[in-house]
Amino acid sequence: MKYATTMIVGAGIALLAAGLFMPGWLTFLLTLAFAKGLVVMGLLLLMRAGLVSFGQGLYYCLGAYCVGIAGDYFETQNALLLLLLAIVVCVALAAVIGLLLCRYRDIFFAMFSMAFSMILYGVLVKSSAFGSSDGFNVKPPLLFGWTPTGESGPFLAYGLAVVALVGVGIFVWRYLRSPMGYAGEAVRENEIRVEYLGASVRRIIYTKYLLAAAMAGLGGGITALAAGHIDPEMAYWTTSGEFVFIALMGGVGHAAGPVIGAVLFELLRTYAFQISPYTWQMILGIALLVIILYLPKGVWSLVERVTKGKPL
Amino acid sequence: MKLVIAMLMDGVIYASWLFVIAAGLTLIYGVMRILNMAHGSFYAIGAYGGASLVGFYLAGGYPPWGAYFMLLGAALIGGTVVGLLIERGLLRMMYGRDEVVMILVTYAILLILEDVIKLIWGVDAYFAYQPYTLLGRTKLAGLSFANYDILLIFVSALICFVLWWGLNRTRKGKLLQAVIHDRDTAAFLGINVTRMFTVTFVIGAVLGALAGALTAPGISVMPGIGVEVIILAFAVVVIGGLGSVGGALLGALIVGLARSAAVHLYPDAELFVIYGVMGLVLAFRPQGLFAIATARKI
Repeated sequence: MKYATTMIVGAGIALLAAGLFMPGWLTFLLTLAFAKGLVVMGLLLLMRAGLVSFGQGLYYCLGAYCVGIAGDYFETQNALLLLLLAIVVCVALAAVIGLLLCRYRDIFFAMFSMAFSMILYGVLVKSSAFGSSDGFNVKPPLLFGWTPTGESGPFLAYGLAVVALVGVGIFVWRYLRSPMGYAGEAVRENEIRVEYLGASVRRIIYTKYLLAAAMAGLGGGITALAAGHIDPEMAYWTTSGEFVFIALMGGVGHAAGPVIGAVLFELLRTYAFQISPYTWQMILGIALLVIILYLPKGVWSLVERVTKGKPL
Repeated sequence: MKLVIAMLMDGVIYASWLFVIAAGLTLIYGVMRILNMAHGSFYAIGAYGGASLVGFYLAGGYPPWGAYFMLLGAALIGGTVVGLLIERGLLRMMYGRDEVVMILVTYAILLILEDVIKLIWGVDAYFAYQPYTLLGRTKLAGLSFANYDILLIFVSALICFVLWWGLNRTRKGKLLQAVIHDRDTAAFLGINVTRMFTVTFVIGAVLGALAGALTAPGISVMPGIGVEVIILAFAVVVIGGLGSVGGALLGALIVGLARSAAVHLYPDAELFVIYGVMGLVLAFRPQGLFAIATARKI
């Protein structure tokens, strides 16, 4: 195995081992953070191509609802099967919407993707079969007959999140170094030149959109399994805004950025909420402004400055 | 017949409300290239300011018609103060950044303002229904409409006219159009672009607050109203074409009528219809109906 792959797998094993000794609240917080990190990794692919989606909540929510509904309907709680289904459904929807969305850039891409997530929100809020705006509870997951109970309950979702993160992390890491990955930055810099070089901008963006949807669906599915409850708020535009927030906080220069960003975001939110329940949004807003002003490439740029001696 | 009239009236009333919000949003985007997420907060500040000023005023036992001036005053003061603070205090430092980064900057402002509003006004709902009920109701083809809502249509038309007149028939407006068309050339020619930005942002903020203040008598003012409104306004300006006031008017009418048709015929589709229309328009005219053409970079 290559050095980077070994590092990522090693980090995953370390996280799994640490999970055995973690207090319950930290396991839960990290599970949710990792799930969001998965969504943001997909967003990273799009953002490196210059496309900021304000609608990843669409697939995040869809993935979660797939897990919830299929768990009820097929009476299966096999976590892997449910997550696979979430990915398949999300990619199928993205395959249709993506055809339309790849024609748009900049603000229009952002607004149009937001519109689609709001359509899902609008539909779910009015659908009384799925609990309208209250959502519904998801049954606890199983894994090949292993029924986690009591203490090991939250650990299953945590383990799934870590394994998914390792898999997606290795994929993104290698993808960013592939011709297709580099093409993203080329598209951001100048589309017409990319076309002159013989590559299809449309296909590049479409592929990235599908990948992002799959990752967001996976993240949403894991969130549903971990939290045990889902509601339409997951498709609301503020959720999608959070993902962009996390991407900016962690930085999109490296596959590790989204994970660091997501963990920092969850910690910041939890502590801000604990310290001042009435002004936690304000603290988040100020943090976002500080990052935009002083760390435009995210927290990851601090790491790069230390390891590679790059200036900010 | 009754249903059609009800649909049309509700649609136009809703559209006139939407237009006031969207006009400020599209004006700010047209001049400054900032898609202002915090616009929803301006709306909320106007609504809270209007509701509490009307409350104070009526508690003092003054003549009730003065309450309408209180609403206007709340919008003017609230919009100007917040607009100036944000533009001079923060946005000034961010000019020249990417449009998408500016969305996030205004998103941060939205988060901050949401909590500022909660700190000032608390989390309880405010009511200021007196200006709404004072005007009575009108019977029209067997249906009853609040006169306040009908007045709102005229106020909105007046705002539309003033904006059009200001932009096309005054010297300042023409200078502003020069800035919209080409910011750099306008600056070369000696137009004070920085001041134009400040003035535009304040006007936009006042319009946002005005929409809130005018709506306050008809709703219960509570936390979260700004977040809901902003995405509706986005849909309106995207349909009309970002940066075009005429587009905002058309967008507001389309969204208003589509929504009222949905509410009367199939209420479950209320939200769906708004974004469905937006998707439909964007699918055929990606830049919106009245967009300003831009050159591509080669």
